[in-house]
Amino acid sequence: MILALLRRDLAQFFPFTGSGAALPVVFFVAVAMLFPFAVGPDANLMARTGGGVVWIAALLAAILPLEKLVARDIALGFFDQLRLRGVTEEAMMAVRLLAHWLSFGPPLLLATFPSSALLKIEGESFSILLLGLLAGTPGLAAIGLMIAALTASLRAGAALSGLLLIPLALPILIFGAGALARLDPVSLGFVGAISLGLVAIAPFAAGAAIRAAREN
Amino acid sequence: MQAPSPILAAENLACRRGERLLFRKLSFRLEAGAACHVTGANGAGKTTLIRALAGLTTPYAGEVRRLGKLALLAERTGLDPDLPLGRALAFWFALDGVADPETMMAQLRLSGLAEVPVRYLSTGQLKRAALARVLGQAAPVWLLDEPLSGLDTASQGLVSELVRAHCAEGGIALIASHQPLDVPDMTSFAIEDFAPAETEEDYA
Repeated sequence: MILALLRRDLAQFFPFTGSGAALPVVFFVAVAMLFPFAVGPDANLMARTGGGVVWIAALLAAILPLEKLVARDIALGFFDQLRLRGVTEEAMMAVRLLAHWLSFGPPLLLATFPSSALLKIEGESFSILLLGLLAGTPGLAAIGLMIAALTASLRAGAALSGLLLIPLALPILIFGAGALARLDPVSLGFVGAISLGLVAIAPFAAGAAIRAAREN
Repeated sequence: MQAPSPILAAENLACRRGERLLFRKLSFRLEAGAACHVTGANGAGKTTLIRALAGLTTPYAGEVRRLGKLALLAERTGLDPDLPLGRALAFWFALDGVADPETMMAQLRLSGLAEVPVRYLSTGQLKRAALARVLGQAAPVWLLDEPLSGLDTASQGLVSELVRAHCAEGGIALIASHQPLDVPDMTSFAIEDFAPAETEEDYA
């Protein structure tokens, strides 16, 4: 049952098969392409700031699909029907978290290769950036899922999502981009730890949120 | 071993929508083979009752007791609007272990529609598709919220027929609808009969 659910969720969200789901990756690469034009061709400056830009682009790319992530299936009665078949909300959200990450995490990591080339991020910086994104994107996915579930029943949900994201995403961003600035792989351990913590609580928080959304 | 016979019962049930108390002191008990028709005007609380009976919401007061698996037909069909009908139904059929989806779809006259995306279906076709999903669940307890709305006369007859067959096999059906159904021995109550009087103190 869980596998069937994962297959269905993936079909919904995966780039190039789901409806417009490639957008986050396109957005991510577009930022990397435009940034050099905005700051000018100073290779030194770009190498110093490029990593931070990539992190911010990853963060914003992660929240692009939020609106469809949970609200659509609540309106569809999809979660209600699963509930009647004995699937807990926590299991539904755990599967959704995995599907959400798979749909933007790995494509984003692949897109990091051309983006880094455009921003002149090379050598150790590049490997720290890639490892940091690998460790950080699950956490970003977890934050996204929680926010999507919390704001699903609100009318101005999308606007609120953006605001809620800022404080929640700060720790990952600080340690992730910080590791780049100091070329210090130890910070990546923190990124991974924060990510794991968020991934662990997200299904419970999101599950409780969609249960609460039913009551009104 | 036989499955225990299904029960659907409400005891002293009260539900609210927002701040407003819709009904209170609602009690009934349905056993194997029973069909019950809940009537009421729009907004009287039929859908709220069904969702509470399904266990999707917590009632304000009272208790719901249910024995046996449950199938719910609601306005929200759970069918992906972007998928062709055949695939949207196939997802639920696979979960429910339906061996023969084609017969199920033929029974509700959906055979020609398998390739049509769900969002292009008419109201009546969508309702029939949701009914096919209910049938596929093979659950002893049916909760049908407005199963007749949007259906033509022939399809309305089909719904009555399905409910008759379901109850003849020992199933329970609770149908919320403001239209009449042709099911023998069906009990019925109006949800308005349980609405609080204007002068009534807050009920707890």
